[in-house]
Amino acid sequence: MSAHIANSDSEDGQTRRDFLLLTAGAFGAVGAGCFAWPFIDSLNPAADTLAMSTVEVDLTPIQEGQAITVKWRGKPVFVRHRTAAEIEQARAVKVEELRDRESDADRVKKDQWLIMVGVCTHLGCVPLGQKETDPKGDFGGWFCPCHGSHYDTSGRIRKGPAPKNLSVPEYSFISDTLVKVG
Amino acid sequence: MSSGQRAEFKNPVVSWIDERLPVFSMMQKEYGVFPTPRNFNYFWNFGAIAMVMLITMIVSGIVLAMHYTPHADHAFSSVERIMRDVNWGWMIRYIHMNGASFFFIAVYIHIFRGIYYGSYKKPRELLWILGVIIYLLMMATAFMGYTLPWSQMGGWAATVISGFFTAIPVVGDMIQTLLLGGFSVDNPTLNRFFSLHYLLPFLIFAVVFLHVWALHVSGSNNPLGIDVKGPQDTLPFHPYYTMKDTFGLGVFLLLYVIVTFFFPNIFAHPDHFVEYNPMVTPPHIVPEWYFLPFYAVLRGLTFGVNPYIGLSLFALIVVMAPVYCGADKKTGLCSIICVVGRKYAVLLLAIAAVAFALGYLSQVEKATGGALISLPLSNLVFVNAKLAGVLAMFGSVILLVFLPWLDTHPVRSARFRPLFKTATLLLAIDFVILGYVGMETADAALFGVIPLLWIGQLGTGYYFAYFLMLLPWLSRNEKAQPLPASINEAVLKA
Amino acid sequence: MMSIKKLALVTCVALSALSPASARAAEGGALPHLSWSFEGVNGTYDRASLQRGFKVYREVCGACHSMDKVYYRDLEALGYDEDQIKAVAAEYTFIDGPNDEGEMYERPGRPSDPFKAPYASREQSMYANNGAYPPDMSLLAKARHGGANYIYGILTGYGHAPEGHEVPEGKYWNTMMPGHIIAMAPPLQDGQVSYDDNASQTVDQYAKDVATFLTWASEPHMEDRKRVGITAFLFLLVFTGVMYTVKKKLWAKIH
Repeated sequence: MSAHIANSDSEDGQTRRDFLLLTAGAFGAVGAGCFAWPFIDSLNPAADTLAMSTVEVDLTPIQEGQAITVKWRGKPVFVRHRTAAEIEQARAVKVEELRDRESDADRVKKDQWLIMVGVCTHLGCVPLGQKETDPKGDFGGWFCPCHGSHYDTSGRIRKGPAPKNLSVPEYSFISDTLVKVG
Repeated sequence: MSSGQRAEFKNPVVSWIDERLPVFSMMQKEYGVFPTPRNFNYFWNFGAIAMVMLITMIVSGIVLAMHYTPHADHAFSSVERIMRDVNWGWMIRYIHMNGASFFFIAVYIHIFRGIYYGSYKKPRELLWILGVIIYLLMMATAFMGYTLPWSQMGGWAATVISGFFTAIPVVGDMIQTLLLGGFSVDNPTLNRFFSLHYLLPFLIFAVVFLHVWALHVSGSNNPLGIDVKGPQDTLPFHPYYTMKDTFGLGVFLLLYVIVTFFFPNIFAHPDHFVEYNPMVTPPHIVPEWYFLPFYAVLRGLTFGVNPYIGLSLFALIVVMAPVYCGADKKTGLCSIICVVGRKYAVLLLAIAAVAFALGYLSQVEKATGGALISLPLSNLVFVNAKLAGVLAMFGSVILLVFLPWLDTHPVRSARFRPLFKTATLLLAIDFVILGYVGMETADAALFGVIPLLWIGQLGTGYYFAYFLMLLPWLSRNEKAQPLPASINEAVLKA
Repeated sequence: MMSIKKLALVTCVALSALSPASARAAEGGALPHLSWSFEGVNGTYDRASLQRGFKVYREVCGACHSMDKVYYRDLEALGYDEDQIKAVAAEYTFIDGPNDEGEMYERPGRPSDPFKAPYASREQSMYANNGAYPPDMSLLAKARHGGANYIYGILTGYGHAPEGHEVPEGKYWNTMMPGHIIAMAPPLQDGQVSYDDNASQTVDQYAKDVATFLTWASEPHMEDRKRVGITAFLFLLVFTGVMYTVKKKLWAKIH
């Protein structure tokens, strides 16, 4: 039966059918692709999550030498009110000797305020050094207990396995004492 | 779906895989060259459509579950968060919500096609039973999904449906408590419903696999209901039916898209948008539309089985005995009952009718209280109305399992059985009427005079009579029209 | 092609069984049927009406009715910019905390906050309203038969009870309410809310604007939905057309 169908099928008819099948296939593929996108996009952060993606921090209660941790996008953000000595220490380092070359001036907007995401760039632990009783590492900044990365008073990696400095989030000073992170 | 003969493939990667795991051979055999009767009509599209709907439901459901919180305090809000904040959440939810309805539409048409063309008959009995199991699993899944948004409608539907089990004598209340995980529908109930609502679709998928496997062993039925006699009666599944199914699917999806995007709440009810409150029942609760006919059966049984109803049922059994028992060779009690049943059929039917009327009227309550007519022993109820309703409702679904043995007529398709055809079309209409009755309030009346309750009771009567009396009787007594010699011949003639 | 006809019949019958049973919905008066901008396959919300409706909600309805599913950030859809939204949110005071000392503290609202509820709990709202619960309005337009028409109907349906009907103490007569007795005092009066645009400041206009606003609140993605729906429908229509041609060509030799 299939033989006689093939025989009676003219060359022209065959081509037209192939073209139609191709069109149908293309439509199907495009349709499936368009249908898949909303499902994938639904995994992205939802509107309520995005609405919480900025946080305002009041700096007035933070005494010089103290640090606080605020939660921003589910991660800790370190806000440190640095002492003159700490700033001096951070400024004195030669940039070209660093693993991740960044000057202290590039990492802060106001010298006394160091604001960073408190997540070790090695494997994502939260380094110690926020509380006065914490170990602060060999460079007076932060120390990550997981694999022993040492950060200096500018949050730059100085020793240990971490490849990068602690990252600085996008932030801006709304006033002298109010910072918006994110 | 065996790994016997392998096909040849030009593509080396395909060939390499196929030598080791012959999935491509299997696809080629089962969906490529698979010989399919050449005379399908569009009713035969609905199996494929139902499959697409199942996959749509599973995919959208998995994504929804990522955003949903199965906790009594958060479920309603998390659904609203999906509708408002999650990217495309509103669309995925509406696809899922209306997808359930369209899945049921496809499956109901698929089931009707199976009955109308006798697809449950030998050698497809197991294929049919697997289908009924899929349907039962779908009902369970849909019911639990109805509860998850934790709305007034869902919460109270769960209360009412779990209340069915309290009809069971002695242990009923214990069973309900066990099912709910508490003494009312609350957080434990929601958690287990969510767990099962997630699990059952995969079970459905597994049974669908068996259903398709069984189909590919026996081959498809067709509108003529006659067996395939040779290659001239069939076409390869691909491209003929893949293309036809895709076209049919397109039409179906167009309707689905219209409802999902332009009337997304047409199947819903205002009480879906009010959070569940265990202290306040909404004035009118209804199950989803696809359960309404069975809901009407439940509500139709406003009477129990007292001695009169019992006598009526007994008379009917005796009348039906010769039809059921069949053989005249049987001896002993069975043969006596058969002889009585055949000889006094008219008398027995009259007895059944009168006894039923008495039994029914003696249980109808007057507006002022008390029975309409009082008869001796009418208060001796063996099966009370509540239990009778629940049994009738579950029975009306379970009956489908026995269909291959209730209708044993050698001809499959209704096309050649005028009486069966009429009875079956009436059943379809009956089912829709029952659905309408199930949707209305319990005290509603047609044109303000005829209580819908009566219509529901008549409809229930026909439903059971169709399966338990008409089909067995027609199996023995209906003379079929002559069948065509082969599918090919019939196609060429047309 | 008899089968198609049958199929169509079955589908019609099946669908007709589904139509929402609105006939018995209420013994209240027949709801008015207004023409709304959001009706139809490409209907959209009237932004000016949404803003006015929001103003009426804030100044009147919001005194008793919460809308806890709607957030200030959602107001962007009404045509407000970020600063306006911040200003609106900041007018409300929220309890937050605990702070480092374990104390709850007050702070001004932010765009990420839900609409401030007038009462702390359902019980408090009932206690303050003679035992009647002022329902949350986030989904009200979907939670009542008739939607926007119902809301408009209730707001404009107050009147004196006809002869022979008793209105209990503390309740009111409303022709649109199922049972006609409503616990809510007539909330709107002409000129009560001042509009910035030149829309008329009448109960009728207030009711329309609030109904529009609440319809948006219950279905904020309606415009997206219709837009996507039209695209999906047209795409499927062409696809189905192509498939029909493919099927016809393919089967031409068989029949």
